[in-house]
Amino acid sequence: MKKVYAKEELCLNCRLCEVYCKTAHSQSKDIIKANKFESPEPVSRVTVCGDKMLSAAVNCRHCDSPKCVEACITGAMQKDKKTGIVWVDEDKCIGCMTCLAVCPFGCIKTGKFAVKCDLCRTEDEPACVKNCPNRALVYADLGGGE
Amino acid sequence: MLKEGQIRIPSGCAIAAIIDRKGGMINGSEIIKSIALMHDRSNGLGGGFAAYGIYPEHKDDYAFHIFYENSEAHKACEDFLFRHFNIDAAERIPTRKVDSIENGPDIWRYFGRVNRVRMNNSRLDEGEYVVQCVTKVNSAFDGAYIFSSGKNMGCFKAVGYPEDVGEFYMLDKYDAYLWTAHGRFPTNTPGWWGGAHPFNILDWSIVHNGEISSYDTNRRYIEQFGYKCTMQTDTEVITYLFDHLIRHHGLPLNVAADVLTAPEWDEIDRMDKGKKEYFTNLRAIYSGALVNGPFSVILGSNKGLLAVNDRLKLRSLTAATKGSRAYFASEESAIRIICPDPEKVWSVSGADPVFIPLELDGKGED
Amino acid sequence: MSINYIPRRFTVVRDKELCINCGCCVRQCSNECHYFADDGKTALVNSNACVACHRCVDMCPTGALRIEKYVCDYRENANWTPQYQQEICRQAATGGVLLSGMGTPKPYPIYWDKILLNASQVTNPSIDPLREPMEIRTILGRKPEKITVEKKGKSTVDMPPQVILETPIMFSAMSFGSISLNAQKSLAMAAKNLGTLFNTGEGGLHPDLRDYTDCAIVQVASGRFGVHKDYLQNSRFIEIKIGQGAKPGIGGHLPGEKVNVEVSNARMIPEGSDAISPAPHHDIYSIEDLRQLIWSLKQATHNEKPVSVKIAAVHNVAAIASGCARAGADIIAIDGFRGGTGAAPTRIRDNVGIPIELALAAADQRLRDEGIRSSISLVAAGSFRCSADIVKAIALGADACYCASAPLIAMGCHMCQTCNTGKCNWGIATQRPELVKRLNPDIMHERVENLINAWNHEIKEIMGGMGINSVDSLRGNRLMLRGIGLTEKELEILGIKHAGE
Repeated sequence: MKKVYAKEELCLNCRLCEVYCKTAHSQSKDIIKANKFESPEPVSRVTVCGDKMLSAAVNCRHCDSPKCVEACITGAMQKDKKTGIVWVDEDKCIGCMTCLAVCPFGCIKTGKFAVKCDLCRTEDEPACVKNCPNRALVYADLGGGE
Repeated sequence: MLKEGQIRIPSGCAIAAIIDRKGGMINGSEIIKSIALMHDRSNGLGGGFAAYGIYPEHKDDYAFHIFYENSEAHKACEDFLFRHFNIDAAERIPTRKVDSIENGPDIWRYFGRVNRVRMNNSRLDEGEYVVQCVTKVNSAFDGAYIFSSGKNMGCFKAVGYPEDVGEFYMLDKYDAYLWTAHGRFPTNTPGWWGGAHPFNILDWSIVHNGEISSYDTNRRYIEQFGYKCTMQTDTEVITYLFDHLIRHHGLPLNVAADVLTAPEWDEIDRMDKGKKEYFTNLRAIYSGALVNGPFSVILGSNKGLLAVNDRLKLRSLTAATKGSRAYFASEESAIRIICPDPEKVWSVSGADPVFIPLELDGKGED
Repeated sequence: MSINYIPRRFTVVRDKELCINCGCCVRQCSNECHYFADDGKTALVNSNACVACHRCVDMCPTGALRIEKYVCDYRENANWTPQYQQEICRQAATGGVLLSGMGTPKPYPIYWDKILLNASQVTNPSIDPLREPMEIRTILGRKPEKITVEKKGKSTVDMPPQVILETPIMFSAMSFGSISLNAQKSLAMAAKNLGTLFNTGEGGLHPDLRDYTDCAIVQVASGRFGVHKDYLQNSRFIEIKIGQGAKPGIGGHLPGEKVNVEVSNARMIPEGSDAISPAPHHDIYSIEDLRQLIWSLKQATHNEKPVSVKIAAVHNVAAIASGCARAGADIIAIDGFRGGTGAAPTRIRDNVGIPIELALAAADQRLRDEGIRSSISLVAAGSFRCSADIVKAIALGADACYCASAPLIAMGCHMCQTCNTGKCNWGIATQRPELVKRLNPDIMHERVENLINAWNHEIKEIMGGMGINSVDSLRGNRLMLRGIGLTEKELEILGIKHAGE
């Protein structure tokens, strides 16, 4: 399945991926409104870790055997059988954050519900990949379990 | 108004040629008839002919045809000629009065051989010696212009329709084994007889239809080797290119033609190794001699006739053969009017020159 | 603490309505102009160090930033302009030679902008570049005077080594050290794909570029950095750098800030030390010495590679070019005074040398007068901003043109002229790893190729309009040019007529 891979040798630590992820997951989908006026403030699913010398965008790996899905007590966290995307059903999520605790990559965020990458729910390039200025994010199927 | 040479005048035209490869004589009236048919391709501002084999009694002498605009030029030029050549005969070229041809210069011809003492002192070979003398007269003596300087051949030209020029020079009284003809359509009035075609140097004569866009590249290339493009015409530069490649570099005529009309790189890239190397070297060494722009050119010489079209075939040129004769013209009708039933007729293709060698005395030349 | 004596040059203006405080600008500016307030959320700016490189402007996701010239009026003085006053203050503070990057910005006449091109009409048709082949293939190298043939189709001539380019545009010398490895790699990849060459400059050929040796021109400059047999062999042709247009008379200059461990290894000099090449080659004190060097380089490479000599355009450039041709140079590159540089003393950059247009015209004509123009190739350099400049250069007589600033601009350069500081925000003129990684060769080689392909198409369109279908017939074709607003003398030197004639 196609996932987003980060290339640390090309990452500029600009964090534009975070900005565009936030905007893509906002109500308004408008960069100004999403960042300045929306309440609650939208959350970026991807986080750039590191500094100008070495950085990479850390994100959900949509694992083949997701620990978060295993841990979810309500079954809200699930792996889509067709697309492989691991996503949160907000109707079922109770915000217990067990998933957050077990994720080995630390890419689940808190909120009213668990917040995580959903590959923008599209077959096209996710917003972070599309907007990376240096092609440090790659949307491809490279095999591997994570 | 600036005249030819001081300013470059683009033009369009008509050309024609007849050759008898075995040296059979063709009367001038035939070529006149051929070019007259293409009357509308000219505008009366220039016409001319070149004829080969017309001076059999002087066949080893250089035949100089000269225009004089005033008597000072006449005297200065004659002094120069008599010092540098041993002149056997000097006379006015006989002409008829033709109403449409007026205000012309005085036209003379001289027959002679090179003065060997002067030539040896100059340490030049004969061809180079003659060329340099002609260039000296044409550039330094204002009012004198040598417009023909070959052996057993002559150019005849004036400002007027070619058929009138032929009538004026009484070309029906000449027989030649090779005739070329030209009618000119220049884009302003040069008013100068020297500007008409053919252009001549030694026994090369060129008639040319077209305007080459590579003119200045070619001129600046050839002027590195001692030539001076005083006429600023395409015809002049093409003639000098041929002269340089053949006389100075010793290239065969067909190789010289390849230099001027080399095929395109896409074609060369697909050729086999030997030909690819040949054309690549040719284009690399002679890039300044590549001729671009529409042209059909007929080069006459004592070796024969070469007819060439530009690489993109942007000018018409039809060829025909019958028996030992070959005919060329800008239009097929101009051939058929003098040869109604040729054996073979074809359109000369771009970058595929046609060479008709003269086989005088049974000898052929490739 | 002493005061500054001169106001800053630029102001960074942030539109508060648009700013989303994402902090991208804070993280991107190597001059640290942007920073966060104590709350960690509000972006602020200190414009003192701004050089107008536009990195923050271009990276800002909402376009909230712009750069303004900081206008602080001095009393009007046509002679003591603010520029001259400020340069004095800088020298009073440092005691040093003023250094600048890129080509001179002074408003000297640009002859390209005063030359017009021809198009064919009526007496000669223009040629349609979409329907007819339009040839821009260019062959550089020494040419024999004539061909020898066995017969038509069979050449027997011994050709000296030739370089076949698919475009008359090559990339000019930019050393590893003055630019980053990623920048050089982008040029190398683009050169390979375009069928042309890039020039390694004085810095040697980095081992990472070994796949591109067939596209590399290697330089033998006065410092002889990295010059050994393998270096010479790993090239397409060799260039002896006698001079550079931006700084005629002096050698290359790589400030210590840009000499990191890799550059230090490539050039064999201590890390952090300035790499200043000597002014002359200390074994070339006269033309015959140059001949000796040319022959040694040819011997060292078994006569398999052309040798080029690059000279700066100075007053007697025509005579020097002729001398170089007779000394055995196969290619002569003339670099005009507007050429770029990574670092040059400002005064030399702005005052020494002559424009390439005049130098090229003079050198081409002199070589023709001597009957030797067709035996060598002439390459022009010194600021070509567009394809029309290149067409004009070829018409004046150039075989090919060297471009450097243009591909750099394609890669992100905004001509801020501070290359010598080594803090290039675009990852071009720097060795700092966090800046170098900003230049992704996979992206940048595409941009450079796009640029050159676009120029190639434009050149073909212009040639077609002139009724020419081969660049061979454009070369030296001065009748295709006309001057406009030029004096008699300028027209004479350029060898062209005035528009209307």
